[in-house]
Amino acid sequence: MPAIEILGLEKTYMVGFWRKRPKRALKPLHLTVENGEIFGFLGPNGAGKTTTLKMLMGLVFPTSGTARILGQEWTEPSVKAQIGFLPEQPYFYDYLTAHELLNYYGQLSGVPARDRKRRIDEVLQQVGLTGVKGVQLRKFSKGMLQRAGIAQAILHNPQLVFFDEPMSGLDPLGRREVRDLMEQLKQQGKTVFFSTHILSDAEALCDRVAIIHKGELRGVGAIEELTSNVQGKVEIVWQGTVVPASMKALGAECHVSGETVRGVLSERQQDAAIDALRRERMRLISITPLRTSLENYFVEKLQHSETTAGTLV
Amino acid sequence: MTSRQKTTLFAATCLVISMSASVLLLHHIDEIRPRATIEDVLYISSPTIVKRASLGFNGLMACLYWTRAVQYFGNRHHDRAQSFNELAPLLEITTVLDPQIIPPYQFGATFLAPKAPSGAGQPDRAIKLMEYGIEHNPDNWHLYYDLGFVYYTELKDYKKAGEAFDRGSKVPNAHPFMKLLAAQMEEHAGDFSTARMLWTATYESSTETNIRQNAREHLRCIKVDEDVTNLQAAVDRFTQFNGRVPASMWEVAMAEHLAGIPVDPDGNPYQISGDGHVLVKNPDNFPFITQGLPPGYKRTGTVKFHSAP
Amino acid sequence: MNARILHIASNTFREAVRDRVLYNLIAFALLISGAAILVGQISIEVERLVVVNLGLTAVSLFGVVIAIFIGIALVSKEIEKRTLYTVLSRPVRRWEFIIGKFFGLAGTLVVNTFFMAIGVFGALLYVAHRLTVSDASILVALYFIILEFLIICSLSLLFSSFSTPLLSAVFAFSLFIIGSFADDLRGFARLTHGITKWFATGAAYLLPNFSALNVISAVAHQQHIASQLILQNTLYALFYTAMALSGAVLIFERRNLK
Repeated sequence: MPAIEILGLEKTYMVGFWRKRPKRALKPLHLTVENGEIFGFLGPNGAGKTTTLKMLMGLVFPTSGTARILGQEWTEPSVKAQIGFLPEQPYFYDYLTAHELLNYYGQLSGVPARDRKRRIDEVLQQVGLTGVKGVQLRKFSKGMLQRAGIAQAILHNPQLVFFDEPMSGLDPLGRREVRDLMEQLKQQGKTVFFSTHILSDAEALCDRVAIIHKGELRGVGAIEELTSNVQGKVEIVWQGTVVPASMKALGAECHVSGETVRGVLSERQQDAAIDALRRERMRLISITPLRTSLENYFVEKLQHSETTAGTLV
Repeated sequence: MTSRQKTTLFAATCLVISMSASVLLLHHIDEIRPRATIEDVLYISSPTIVKRASLGFNGLMACLYWTRAVQYFGNRHHDRAQSFNELAPLLEITTVLDPQIIPPYQFGATFLAPKAPSGAGQPDRAIKLMEYGIEHNPDNWHLYYDLGFVYYTELKDYKKAGEAFDRGSKVPNAHPFMKLLAAQMEEHAGDFSTARMLWTATYESSTETNIRQNAREHLRCIKVDEDVTNLQAAVDRFTQFNGRVPASMWEVAMAEHLAGIPVDPDGNPYQISGDGHVLVKNPDNFPFITQGLPPGYKRTGTVKFHSAP
Repeated sequence: MNARILHIASNTFREAVRDRVLYNLIAFALLISGAAILVGQISIEVERLVVVNLGLTAVSLFGVVIAIFIGIALVSKEIEKRTLYTVLSRPVRRWEFIIGKFFGLAGTLVVNTFFMAIGVFGALLYVAHRLTVSDASILVALYFIILEFLIICSLSLLFSSFSTPLLSAVFAFSLFIIGSFADDLRGFARLTHGITKWFATGAAYLLPNFSALNVISAVAHQQHIASQLILQNTLYALFYTAMALSGAVLIFERRNLK
C-alpha cells in the first residue's frame, strides 16, 4: 500500500478584485509515494509545491481530485493522527516554551498523558533542543524554530511526515542537522515527503523525486534514472601551459591563462581526465562541478515554459 | 456523509434554530421591560450633563432624544395615560443638546402647557422652553407664535400673548398673520374668531402629526362652543319672548327661521334639556368644549382624537 | 473531542494571560479606587450611585474592548502567523478550534470580571461603609455583563473567521454601539412603513440587543430585577451566541487557508 496516492488533485484560484479570473495553481496531479522512502518534491518558487501540501493537509480545498494517505481518504480525521507536518517558515505560539508547545500539540494529537512527557523528552533530544526546553519560543533563533517544528511533526510518532521547505533560511550547519534528522526518520522506517527548491539537498537525500513547474508535473522517478541521460560538467584546473592531447581526446574545452589550464568536460569523463593528467604528470589544482546532472535535468525540464521563475541553488 | 458535511448540516441547523429562538425571546423580553426604557433614558435628567456625556455628538443625541420624546408622548397617549412627567425633561434635553432644532419647541407649546390628559400641565416650563428657543433662534417668527400661543390658550394672559405676537411680527419674513393676531389680542382676544384663527394657524404651519391632530380637534370644539353659545342665546330669546322654555330644537329653529335643526360637527343635532340648556349629544367626542356639557358631567380623562390629522 | 476543545480553550486562556491582558485590571483598579476616594467627599446617596454606575460601566467597557480586540486576534492572528497550520494538521476539527477559542476567551473574560467585581464591591464598601442585601442586584448586573461578553466574543469570532483584523474590529465595535441603542432602533422601526419597516424591524431584531442586558442604572437605584428577565436574558444570550458561533463554524469550515 503506497504511503501517498495523489489522484488528480487540482486547484484553481479566482483572482482579481472586480472581475475574477481563474489562476491555476495546480493542474491535475497524479503521484504516488511508496512507504519508507524519502520523496523530494522539487520545483522553483510558486510551482505549486506548497499548494499541494496544503491540500493534503486539508488547509486548502481542491477544485477537483482526491488523494489517499496511508490507504485512507485524505479527509478522514483519523489520518491526521498518523501524519506530521512542518510548514514553511513556521511560527509558533511564541509565548509558550518548547516544552509547553510540544505538550499542547501532544494533547491535540491525542498522545496519552503518561507517554507524553517521555515522548517530549525523546523528541527534544532527537532535535537537539533539550537544553532550551524551558525557554520561550520568542527567544528562539531561526534554526531552533525549525528544529522545534520538526519536533512537533514527529512527536506523536507518525508513520508519514510532510516537510515544506525544511532547509529554508538555515545556515549550512542547520541544514546538515535537518538532513541527518531526515535520514534518521527513514531509518526508523518512516516515509518522508518534502518539498524544496534546493537541488543538492534532494540529491543527497531522496530516493525518488518529482519535479513540478507552474502547477504541472514535469518528471518523476529515482534520481539515477532521471539523470542517466543527462550529464553534468566539471571544470578541471591544472598547472601547465599546454593542453595535452589526451584531454582533447576526452572532448575537453580548454583555455590557457598564464600558468594554468582550465578545461571543462562532462562529469562522466572526470575520472578518465584525472588519470590522463596524472600520466602526463600534470599538477592538479582544482576540480569543480559546474552543474550537477540533476540540475541539468531540472533546467531542461523547465525550459518548456517561457520564463523560469525562481532561483535554483 | 463525510465529517465535513455532517458539521455543515449541524451548524446550519443550529444557526437557523438559534436565530429564530433569539428573535422570539427578544419579543418576550420587550414585554417584560416596557418602562425600563424611559427611566434609563432619563437617569440623567440634567441637560448639561447629557450634553457633556455626548462627547460632542450633540446633534445626533438631540435627534435621538427628540425621537424618544415623540415616542414617549405617542405611547402614553395611546395608553390613555394621565400624566406626561417626562415630556418636559426630554424636550429640555433635546433643546440643550441642539438649540436650533425647532420641532421640539412647537411640540412643547402644544403638549407641555395643557392640563392632563391632553398634556403635561406645565405651562411655565413651556414658556421657559419657548423663551429659550427664541433666545437661540431670534429670527424664527414661529417661535414667537408658539410663545403667544401658550399665553393665549393655557394662561389666558392676552396681554402677554399680544406682546409675543407683536415681537414676532417684527421679525423679517414674519407671516402677516402675526400682526393680525397681535391686533386681535388687544380687543377681541376672547372671541371665537380669534381662537379659530390661532388654531388654524397652528394647524397649517405644522407638519407634525400629533400637533395637527390636536389643532383640528380644537377647531371642531371651537365650532361646537360657538354653536352652543349662539343657540343658547336663541333659546334665551325664545324664553323671554314666549315666557317658557322651548320644548324642542324645532321650536327654536322655527323661531329663528333656520334651515333645519343645527347639527354638531359629527352630524348629531343639538339638544335642549328640560330647563332650557343647549346640550351636545356626545360630549365625549369633543374633548375641549366648555359649553353644551350636561350638568355634573365629568370627563373620564381619556382624550381620543376623532378626526383624521 | 471534548478534550481537544478543552485543550484549545486552556491554551487560549494561557495566551491571553501571557499577553498581559490581565494587566487591564490594574488600570481598572486605579480608576475605581480613585473614583471612590474622590467621590467620598460628597453626600451619601450620590456616592453610592457614582461608584456603582462608574464601576459597572467600566467593567462593561473594558471587557468589551478586550473581547473585541482579543477575539479578533484569535483567528486572524493565527492565520497570519501560520500557527494554525500545525494545529489543523492534527486530528483537530475546524469547528473544535472555533469552539475552543470561544471558551478560552469567555473564560478569560469571566476571570477578569470576577476580579473587577471584587474591586467594585470593595469600592462600594468604602463609600457606603456597609453592604446591604439589595446590593445583591449588582451581581445580577454583572451576570448580565458577562452575557454581553459572550455575545460579543461570538461576534468577534464570527467576523474574524472571514474578515481582516481591522475590519472585524470595526464591525464588532459598530454592532456593540448599535446594539446598545437597540431599543431606539426598534422604536425607529415602528415609525417606518412599507419595505423599510420590514428591513428596519428585521435588523432591529437580528442585531444584538445589549440594552436589554444593561441594567446598570436600575441596579444603581437598588431596584429589583425580575427573575423572568434574568431567565429570558440568559436564554437570549445563549441562543444569540449559538447563532454567531454556528455562522463562524460554517464560514471557517469552508475557508481556504492560503
